[in-house]
Amino acid sequence: MPVWFYRLSSPPYFYTRCKPWARWLGAVSGAAMIVGLFGALVLAPPDYQQGESYRIIYVHVPAAWMSLFAYVFMATTAAIGLIWRIKVAECLARSAAPLGASFTFLTLATGSLWGKPMWGTWWVWDARLTSELLLLFLYMGYMALNSAIDDPRRAARASGVLALVGVVNIPVIHYSVEWWSTLHQGPTITRLDAPAIHLSMLVPLLLMAFAFTTYFCAVLLLRTRYELLSRERHTEWAKRAVREASP
Amino acid sequence: MTVRQRRATFVLLIVGGVMVATALALSAFRENMLFFFDPSQVVAGEAPTNYPFRLGGLVRDGSLEEVDEGLMVRFSVTDGTSEVPVTYEGVLPDLFREGQGVVVRGTLREDDVFVAEEVLAKHDENYMPPEVADSLRTTKPGEDRR
Repeated sequence: MPVWFYRLSSPPYFYTRCKPWARWLGAVSGAAMIVGLFGALVLAPPDYQQGESYRIIYVHVPAAWMSLFAYVFMATTAAIGLIWRIKVAECLARSAAPLGASFTFLTLATGSLWGKPMWGTWWVWDARLTSELLLLFLYMGYMALNSAIDDPRRAARASGVLALVGVVNIPVIHYSVEWWSTLHQGPTITRLDAPAIHLSMLVPLLLMAFAFTTYFCAVLLLRTRYELLSRERHTEWAKRAVREASP
Repeated sequence: MTVRQRRATFVLLIVGGVMVATALALSAFRENMLFFFDPSQVVAGEAPTNYPFRLGGLVRDGSLEEVDEGLMVRFSVTDGTSEVPVTYEGVLPDLFREGQGVVVRGTLREDDVFVAEEVLAKHDENYMPPEVADSLRTTKPGEDRR
């Protein structure tokens, strides 16, 4: 293991890095969001079939990608926590869950709003929609289990196993539109062929995806910061950090 | 085996085991996971005859006709090899047109006409400005319709 890995796994060190990193990432995310939204709502042309209403992809698609990414991140940090018993990893996994759940909810809500005018229905039980709803339940189950156990070590272990079990849903969500016949259309960008979206529409979408990713990282660091502080509140470094922060 | 190796094996076993179990379960329930039947499956008699199911495909070009002053429509759903005639009474979604992908829910009548209760439009994964779609249509007639 490289030295930086050991350094990052030390709660006092990670705690001091959270705020400056979050500030940077937040600024980058805000800038990308403004430029991306301008590109998405003003510069990008309307779609040949769906007209203006296709523009919901600029929220729906990044949110959907992030809902999967946050889960993979949560499961990976949970696995690191299970194997190496690293507190920082356990706190990262716990902090990622509500964020991932929010992205999943946003995906389902915007998808529903899009589905009504285009498909003619708010909701259908096809493989893509159902597996994404299952993802929301997995996040909620993880959060419930994690906060049901008082001892943070045992909570992280139990909920970590649940997070690992749920990993199987990630490829199912991604390939659901290829394996089974669904009402949801197939992948536009995450496929082997060239993206089936015009470049003028693709660039703002990628910018929005970048903005969502950096937003996730920034908020994750802030959440993890408080998580570390509250979990380590009995230690000297945490008491000192609180003393220094209070006037 | 060190403690960490044992824990890592445990993690891999969980993920691998659940993956295998899910793959087996999903392949066993393959039929039930389909959201709709293709016209070919319906013509081959694989679709249920006594209870409602969904039929998916493209609205065949030139098959759409209005009867009863537009309240009732008739069209054919095709997958390129077979087609099934459909009748429907009600409001059609905005994206509904000839050549468009649709998913209709209803029952197959004895004269092999599908009586739809609900018509949903399926949109494809292609996004482009109207000008690009127009130029595609003039250079490659018929190819942009799938």
